[in-house]
Amino acid sequence: MTALSRREMLRASLLSGAGLFVAFHIPRKARAAAQPPAKPLPDPNAFVRVAPDGSVTVLLAHSEMGQGIWTGLAMLIAEELDCNWSKIRVEHAPAAPVYAHPAFGIQMTGGSTTTWSEFDRYRQAGAMARAMLVRAAAAQWKTDPKKLRTENGFVLRGSDKLSYGELAVAAQAQTPPKSVKLKDRKEWKIIGKPTRRLDSPEKITGKAQFGMDVRLPGVRTALVARSPVFGGKVKSFDASKAKGVKGVEQVVQVPSGVAVVASNFWSAKLGRDALTVDWDPGPGATLDSAALVKSYRETARTKGTVAAEKGDAETALSKASKRVVAEYDVPYLAHATMEPLNATVKLEGDRCEIWTGTQFQTMDQLTAGRIAGIPPQNVSIHTQFLGGGFGRRATPSSDFVAEAVQVAKAAGVPVKVMWTREDDIQGGFYRPLFLHRIEAGLDDKGLPSAWKHTIVGQSILTGTPFEKMMVKNGIDETSIEGIVDSPYFETVPARLVTVHSPRSPVTVLWWRSVGNTHTAFAMESMIDELAWAAGRDPLEFRTAMLADHPRHRRALQTAAEKAGWGKPPPAGRARGLAVHESFGSIIAEVAEVSVDDQKEIHVHKVSCAVDCGTALNPLGIEAQVQGAVAFGLSAVLHSELTLKEGRVEQSNFHDYQVLRLPDMPTVTVQIIESDAKMGGIGEPATAPISAAVANAVYALTKKRLRSLPLRFA
Amino acid sequence: MKLNVNGTVHEVDAPEDMPLLWVLRDVLGMTGTKFGCGMAQCGACTVHLDGQATRSCVLPVSSVGSRMVTTIEGLSPDGTHPVQKAWAEVDVVQCGYCQPGQIMSAAALLAHHPNPTDAEIDLALAGNICRCGAYQRIREAVRAAATQRRADR
Repeated sequence: MTALSRREMLRASLLSGAGLFVAFHIPRKARAAAQPPAKPLPDPNAFVRVAPDGSVTVLLAHSEMGQGIWTGLAMLIAEELDCNWSKIRVEHAPAAPVYAHPAFGIQMTGGSTTTWSEFDRYRQAGAMARAMLVRAAAAQWKTDPKKLRTENGFVLRGSDKLSYGELAVAAQAQTPPKSVKLKDRKEWKIIGKPTRRLDSPEKITGKAQFGMDVRLPGVRTALVARSPVFGGKVKSFDASKAKGVKGVEQVVQVPSGVAVVASNFWSAKLGRDALTVDWDPGPGATLDSAALVKSYRETARTKGTVAAEKGDAETALSKASKRVVAEYDVPYLAHATMEPLNATVKLEGDRCEIWTGTQFQTMDQLTAGRIAGIPPQNVSIHTQFLGGGFGRRATPSSDFVAEAVQVAKAAGVPVKVMWTREDDIQGGFYRPLFLHRIEAGLDDKGLPSAWKHTIVGQSILTGTPFEKMMVKNGIDETSIEGIVDSPYFETVPARLVTVHSPRSPVTVLWWRSVGNTHTAFAMESMIDELAWAAGRDPLEFRTAMLADHPRHRRALQTAAEKAGWGKPPPAGRARGLAVHESFGSIIAEVAEVSVDDQKEIHVHKVSCAVDCGTALNPLGIEAQVQGAVAFGLSAVLHSELTLKEGRVEQSNFHDYQVLRLPDMPTVTVQIIESDAKMGGIGEPATAPISAAVANAVYALTKKRLRSLPLRFA
Repeated sequence: MKLNVNGTVHEVDAPEDMPLLWVLRDVLGMTGTKFGCGMAQCGACTVHLDGQATRSCVLPVSSVGSRMVTTIEGLSPDGTHPVQKAWAEVDVVQCGYCQPGQIMSAAALLAHHPNPTDAEIDLALAGNICRCGAYQRIREAVRAAATQRRADR
């Protein structure tokens, strides 16, 4: 199939919404089905290049945003290629169909899927390149390739050797092999070995180039004034003062607002400050998050769309020996990536070039092509390092890229559209506000016999191109993940989960660990409440419920043992635990907390046990788990976005607080090696930390905190 | 006006109220120093002014005067400052965007307090946000750099 026809097919399927996205993240039970079927071998030249100087360049089909695939995918190639690790270079691949995600069919990074989805393809590419080098050496030596071996960047025959660099040109002329045999697990030298990051040198010297750092001749800087109210539109604007600011060149209207185009950031900012825009706020003007929580609370007392049902939960509740009723709520949250959003766009004839840090190259191509009136394959994407992603750079509408293309089009010059921190915090695409109401019953043996669960919160995917695949019977999978597939849930004989998905002008999006950010909080808090109600140890209660789930039990026991569960904690402290499976990995966490005189919660230690199947890079896994815990702790201890009269009340890091160094607990990470199917690692450790901390606070104070961030009223 | 950056004196044509950060990035083309918040809340823009860690995003360029500006590009010629070496050894970075600021804060701390306590480390770097949450290794790397600096003497 030619590149063009593949792309056209992709485009057609994406636009029709059919068959493309298996799932952005994959529910536990659907995982087996979602594994990519056996595929033809990749084109090795698209993924790895050996140069005459001996360097080996790995092309990254996905975006490096901190998660470490710059190193991880290179490890997969190197494992099979037998090259010298110090000769490895890595580059972001261009946007092209050959780099489509093996499971999802478009080029993207998200859902903690990169490593498991590329585990075969990158190893195959390495093995194929190795075979071609061996054949080139065999041709030179006029011998049978089977008699040759490879080691550390050389092809060897007895004491003769040829370097990969010497063979590079001849190898390229070889036909790629039709089949390759990958190394057996026992033969791995690199996979599983703690490996330092390949992007450290440039990131510790300031040389690493992020989207924000793109500097090209003739490119102007633009800031956009956007509606202070979600869904608002420009009525009129007065640019006279803005145009008087030195350095401001143009003021243009675009669909999202009014753009000030200037020679540099500071001029653009002063110009935007001087701009007067009259907004038509629309229905978003009355939004109030406190009122929203109140209305969600009322909605949660009514039955929503049924997501899961077994037995008769109402009757079982009425017969329960004990009943526990609780409501848990979580606020809107911004991703607040350290690098504010930005995109640089150059339109020239029927071409569009984009430099940005994105998680969604294919969507960006489609969207930019549509705006520019050119075919998507005429849109080149130069992916830069992402200064954090956490989901924000994967908007189905390509919001920040689309806007930059609009500005470039309106202004008629190449532009870099930059967001300030205020633009970012107030700019939407939040983790949605959610409320869970759970009524659960215990039987006379102290085990859950009934579970009635109502979820209220905005759907992330409704109204996006992914709706057809991921919103089923009116239920967004991201609203219920972590509940309907919970191993606890399946042990409750009578259960009912229903969902309300209210609409709102507030734009919402996946935020590191997505639905699990709130479902794990609700599930693991409720399990803890039930354990205490039953008078049972929270660890023992969980392991009893998880009798048929040895991996979950082992994770819990491993984390608990490390934390000293069962032994008295230091004076003034208590421990809480949680276990949650998401993105194909199981993570148990035990938090040790104290509460000071000012009623501030301090998290001192978190013991994590991780079962993600094969562990590619233990050093990277440790970093991801520590980082994901820290990301989660921001939401547990600090972060909250509120709306009043339609406006976001927070604007920057002084009032949208996030975790800082003094708050960081000591996080220990134990990796449980298993031969289970490989899962993801970027997101899963964020999910359980909220409940682990809330459960520890309860153990210490006997006060059950059910709203995030956790606060004593 | 004249601006001494990493030992080189530049003749700079910029408005007096333009923050040093934007002079570095947009006028001099030195993009190692990062923009994160614009109000001295996140530390991504940290540089040294005569050796003191300073947030360049709120510092009008006209107030720099004759003080020496050191940026991440000038901390060492080749990434071999003890703090940078420790950062690589401990494998601190994730997305890396905040790291120039973290490293500049850590380097200034160690220049003044060669043997900081954990509390001093936490305090000195409390103004540097890392959304990837690399804090634990940041702490570890500052300790390692302190040990290395002492050993080097």
